Amino acid sequence: SSNEHKLNFKKSKEACLSYIQDALLQKQWKRAAEFLTCYVESLEKDYSREHIGPSEMIWRIGTEILWHHSQSSMKEFNCFMEQMKTLGVKRYLKVCLEHVFHLLCNGQIDEAYQNLSLAESWRFGEQTAIQDKEMKLIQAYRGLLDYYSWSKQKNVLLEHGEDGFSDLAVEQEMHGYFRKAAVNLKEIIKIPGVWDIFVKCYVDLLEFYGDHNEARQVLNEYAYNSKFPANPNAHVYLYQFLKRQGESKKSLISALKILHDIVPSHELMIDFNTMLQKSKKRKKRRLGLEVIFAALDYAGWKENAKAWRCLARQVKQIVISEKHLDWIKQEWNSRKDWWPAFHFSRYLAKRDWQENKSLSYEKALVAGILLGKDCKYFKYVSHQGCKAQLKRFRMLKKFVNRHNPVYLRISG
Amino acid sequence: RDFNERCAQCSEVNWGLTDGGRFYCRSCHNVTERTREVVNTDFITNSRVQTISKGLRKQEKNDGGCEWYICEGFQLVLKKQVEALEALGVCPQMKDEILCNFWRCYLQKSKQAYCKRPAGETVKALSVCESSTDVDSDPERPSLLHLLSLSESEGDLQTDCSFASSVSKVSESTSVYSGSVDGSLYLMKNQKEKLSMTMPMTLSFCYMALLWVREPITLSELLRFVVEGHIPYLNVFQHFPEKMKLCGLDLKIFCVESWPVYEEVFNKMHELAAFLDLPRFPDITESCFLHPDMLCMKYLMEANLPDELHNWTCRVVKKIGVGEVDFLTLMPGNKSARKVKYDVLAAAVIVVVLKLLFLLDDHYEWLLSELAEERNKNDTEVCIFYSGGPYFEFKKWYEVVKHSLDVEQKKLDEERAKYLWRCEKPLFYSVKNKSKVLKRRQMVVNLQNQFGKLSGSVQRAEKPNPSSFQLSWSEENKDGSCFHGHSLKGILQEKCGLLTVMNPDYWLCTVKLCNEKLCGHLAHYREVEFPQSYHFVLGLFSFLLRIQPSYIHDEVCMIEHKLFNKKLCKKLKYNTVLRK
Repeated sequence: SSNEHKLNFKKSKEACLSYIQDALLQKQWKRAAEFLTCYVESLEKDYSREHIGPSEMIWRIGTEILWHHSQSSMKEFNCFMEQMKTLGVKRYLKVCLEHVFHLLCNGQIDEAYQNLSLAESWRFGEQTAIQDKEMKLIQAYRGLLDYYSWSKQKNVLLEHGEDGFSDLAVEQEMHGYFRKAAVNLKEIIKIPGVWDIFVKCYVDLLEFYGDHNEARQVLNEYAYNSKFPANPNAHVYLYQFLKRQGESKKSLISALKILHDIVPSHELMIDFNTMLQKSKKRKKRRLGLEVIFAALDYAGWKENAKAWRCLARQVKQIVISEKHLDWIKQEWNSRKDWWPAFHFSRYLAKRDWQENKSLSYEKALVAGILLGKDCKYFKYVSHQGCKAQLKRFRMLKKFVNRHNPVYLRISG
Repeated sequence: RDFNERCAQCSEVNWGLTDGGRFYCRSCHNVTERTREVVNTDFITNSRVQTISKGLRKQEKNDGGCEWYICEGFQLVLKKQVEALEALGVCPQMKDEILCNFWRCYLQKSKQAYCKRPAGETVKALSVCESSTDVDSDPERPSLLHLLSLSESEGDLQTDCSFASSVSKVSESTSVYSGSVDGSLYLMKNQKEKLSMTMPMTLSFCYMALLWVREPITLSELLRFVVEGHIPYLNVFQHFPEKMKLCGLDLKIFCVESWPVYEEVFNKMHELAAFLDLPRFPDITESCFLHPDMLCMKYLMEANLPDELHNWTCRVVKKIGVGEVDFLTLMPGNKSARKVKYDVLAAAVIVVVLKLLFLLDDHYEWLLSELAEERNKNDTEVCIFYSGGPYFEFKKWYEVVKHSLDVEQKKLDEERAKYLWRCEKPLFYSVKNKSKVLKRRQMVVNLQNQFGKLSGSVQRAEKPNPSSFQLSWSEENKDGSCFHGHSLKGILQEKCGLLTVMNPDYWLCTVKLCNEKLCGHLAHYREVEFPQSYHFVLGLFSFLLRIQPSYIHDEVCMIEHKLFNKKLCKKLKYNTVLRK
């Protein structure tokens, strides 16, 4: 800091905070603790005008330090959290919740559960209504832990079942957990939000007890209710559920369609393309091509042999049938400027050949069709393949040579 | 009674008091000039001087507190401060004679004591903390909020109003809390008329006394000692006796949450001197520590500059007349005389000398440095020894000093960030939020313990011993990091038998001085307009004096204008090229 000679309490504490921040960023916990010790007297001042007051600062910073500091124990951490709970009544439930998270991270499930129960029973005049959202979260997490207990009991039962024993007490307990969990989980997923884990667990419960209608409804709500934020996972869960239920391809496809729109690079795109390719409807097959091309636009898919196989298969099929070449042309149009360097460089040809021959095979096919037999990639790989006397590469070479005119029509 | 000195005539210790309040020796009837301290600096209940109207004084209150007046509090503060100064080595007369008399005079002039209270003005015993239930519905009494918004504190305690308001509904008729009798009156009074005491003003008192006695402590040093904790200031109220309960508005007066600013203390001191109708202060002569020649020597040493520069600072001082007794000595009430900031003046003189010798235009000084470096390489050690030290290389000096300065600045910045402002003594607005305050304090202490343990082996360092020098350089260091003995011969030349500088140029910081009365400054220091070397030098002294560089810059401008507006003397030959 510069020559700031007019020093007062506020400026001094601001400077202190920036030192703490630096120390935290550099993971110097001792140094952060040193400065925090000097900062805490800010609690004796009123900062009601500030956006974030010292009590919140101290809570957050103290949590970080105690969590990471080598000499800090869980006992100290808990003691600190209890103090923080008394500091700001407006933040009480939030602090409880974060405390629970830390306990869970530390594997202290029982303590976490106790804290959640305690928090649930908290009442403080109008604050209770104001902190309603946090309360719902607390209940939801308790529901989650109930689910976890249910799950444990279920496994115990299954084991016993194999042995031929049936333990009524365990079963009763299990059902008890189910009821507790279901109530809370159901509540939270009514509120628009991202509740992946709650939804998953709730659906799991419903499925176990055979309430598939409810499960379907929940998943549909979660995926299609516009009030909920767009969430790719919602569609994934729905899709997986439908698959488990043995639904028709049609409904599976419609579930994945939106996923493709939101996340064209999602790993389920392979499944999607596979389904679409096989469809009798032309539109669907067209979509399939679009889907697989779109997926391969992403760097993460460059070395995905399965994806390339999908594309290769479809391209091959189109070329052989000589129908719908315009599809390929359309897809290739926006890609011909950058895919060659992105996927089909000579360097990649060498590398793919070395690392994954199947990958290079599929890619070479696609390259050969899209860029012609003289393209670097195809030339190198097919040459290598023929040199290595691998039959399929010879076949590949023949195929591409035979269909070279296609390339001319595509690129034209 | 308290006077224990031996009589000058008969060496007995047997004193009595004359009617005039002077001590006389009972054995030989020798009357001394020493007068009894009228104001007993120990606080004893009800031992106040009889001139305060009796009013409604009660001896003891239910909680063991007693009535006390704000000025009594300040008296205690001053006592503590001057005792600390004594511990630093200041002469004891300062406490017993000088400051004490100043204080008496102040009380008299501001009509807080030693005078007949003006008719009609009684000191009402305003309801004190405990009796917050009796609400005096006097519509003229200002509300709590209004009083809190007065005075220039940074609004810190203003925000504590939330405590107060959470405790009681703040309305026009709320009784005004203060532990002292006249806390609210004190804040209400028109401050200009009567010059009410403030915490910064206690330092003005101290400085005034120091100046009177011509102690070798500059104002910047005094303020530095305050910040370093050698002189009580921040939480000095914790030394008030138990009986003096501090609460409510007293906090506004006695609890400071910012360090005193040089300008403020300085200006107040002059105001005070005029207010007290003090005569001309004792002369500041050439042998005085505060004389620019002396201070320049000190600062040159501290800045690690060659001793030879002292000749030049003396020459400049002489040339512009700032070494004259009449210029330097304080004459209170003389509005036309420039108020002298001895430390800033000395620093500015050095800056001007550096500009004279090295130009400091980010070019010439490095050129000179290179030349010096060459010469130093070529000279043998013997040669250097005989010719009075190696050539002074600006570059080396810059590197060495910058390094140390950066280290010290970093330390200082960290210290400031780690500063603890609160003390054990709890502060609360009223009894009602006492428990809340105490709880908070307890939590703070707990957290300090918890995180203090995690701070590792770093313990809060003990207060360093007060020292006059912040940077020190030793000639014994063989690494050549001390430049005191270096020679300026590379940049000086002989002309007509006189030593002059080789540098033919000079640039003025500003062509025209501002009107200080209008904008408060002689010039405006904006970093972008000046060379980096100039910044550096200003920054160095800014650090040493703990003041803004702009103050030094102002003084530099003042000196330059004095220097170059007069006809140039033959002895110092240079062409003045007015460059901006």
